[in-house]
Amino acid sequence: MSKKEKWFLGLLSFALLFTGFAQMPIFKRYYLADIPGFAWTADYYLNHRLHYLLAFILLFYLFYKVVTFFSSFQLKNLTFLGWLKVFLWGGIVFTGMLRVLKNFPQVVFDYKTVMYVDWIHLGLPFLLFIFFILGKVAGISYLRK
Amino acid sequence: MLSRRKFLQGMVAGSALSLLPKGAKAVRDEEELATLLDLSKCIGCGACVEACKETNAHKFPKPQKPFPRMYPSRVKVADWSDKQDVDDRLTPYNWLFIQTAYVTWQGKEYEINIPRRCLHCQNPPCANLCPWGACLKQKNGIVRINSEICLGGSKCKSVCPWHIPERQTGVGLYLKLLPSYAGNGVMYKCDRCYDRLEKGLLPACIEACPEGVQTIGPRKEIIAKAHQLAKEMSGYIYGEKENGGTNTIYVSPVPFEVLNKAIDTGPGRPHLKPVPNSMALEENLGWAVLTAPLAGLAAGALKVVSKLKKGEEKNE
Ligand code: SF4
Ligand code: SF4
Ligand code: SF4
Repeated sequence: MSKKEKWFLGLLSFALLFTGFAQMPIFKRYYLADIPGFAWTADYYLNHRLHYLLAFILLFYLFYKVVTFFSSFQLKNLTFLGWLKVFLWGGIVFTGMLRVLKNFPQVVFDYKTVMYVDWIHLGLPFLLFIFFILGKVAGISYLRK
Repeated sequence: MLSRRKFLQGMVAGSALSLLPKGAKAVRDEEELATLLDLSKCIGCGACVEACKETNAHKFPKPQKPFPRMYPSRVKVADWSDKQDVDDRLTPYNWLFIQTAYVTWQGKEYEINIPRRCLHCQNPPCANLCPWGACLKQKNGIVRINSEICLGGSKCKSVCPWHIPERQTGVGLYLKLLPSYAGNGVMYKCDRCYDRLEKGLLPACIEACPEGVQTIGPRKEIIAKAHQLAKEMSGYIYGEKENGGTNTIYVSPVPFEVLNKAIDTGPGRPHLKPVPNSMALEENLGWAVLTAPLAGLAAGALKVVSKLKKGEEKNE
């Protein structure tokens, strides 16, 4: 991955994490929205729409990456951490898409699916974040050198 | 049209799935049902309000006191447990109330009584934007808040164009998590008597009405009936298109702009203004999100092919 690409993915992930967190009623409670210029962080609709938009960019990029990555035979170079990341991203993407699907008026899920999709979509980014930090601290790369 | 007791029985029998806690069932494979409210008939007697309270009393919050201390301290608790009798607005203990408008329209005086509760939107923002999977829409058109897991963050209320759900502090899952730091109780609103519907009974408010104001049935039929009724009384419709479509269709002899100006609105007392579809943008963006993987795959494939071609050219 080039430096530019790393930055792009880093910023995109942060923006997704941020707009994702903004789905919970915490930015107002914890004063972030009180800071001048940050009132938008408590605008649920705005952050929801931004999250969709960012998800569009992420999905396009990830699936583009899947093809180019596969074709360049880099898959066998993935470390355990690399595979873990792939699965976590996969889970986030899958539950996110289910959630988008659910938000169409024609689509109805039963109450348990609704619940677990949300909980998993909320939980996996936490795990991803933890492994990201652990990987950095322990100096493990996701690709074999 | 279903205006008699047990009429729904055939429709729901055998299709229930034992999923919800406390023995409740999620009804599946059902048609989307809507209610029709003929406002020319409502006399404002309040029998429906009373019936709702009585029938749904077992679902009402039983908060533990004292409430956990809230951080930061500016977070306000919502406590209706000592005001359970309030019936002139929506509260966690009152999911239906009557709004009254005294108006003159085309030289005639009217007293219009409007039973108000959740409209059960077709694409409900309260459910779509709930970050915790607690609010959901059922196939039969009911929009419900799962009180077993709701954390009371009140987001559903903020994003609802009518601000319908009402909070009670001191009850629910948040007490078992980080009560002082996240969550603030449970949100309550009309669940269109989902449990009665599952048993083939009518919602309590419909059954109790002495004037037959409300009718429930498949949405298509209800819409057709509403239009016919509106035509007969040269009346007006509210709820068919509001917020992209709801399953509560009001028909009134007086325009709703006029009624809206004559009713008391404010906390717990929803307006009757026109409401555009809150989810319109998401419905379009959603398609883009769902097709993004395909677009990405295609772009990736193009890139790979062009790379291969370049390689071939080099080899030649
Ligand atoms: S019971 Fe019927 S007539 Fe009485 S207030 Fe309710 S809807 Fe109106
Ligand atoms: S009226 Fe409000 S609470 Fe009821 S379904 Fe629509 S958005 Fe949700
Ligand atoms: S449908 Fe049931 S819960 Fe809703 S207002 Fe009527 S009685 Fe109350």
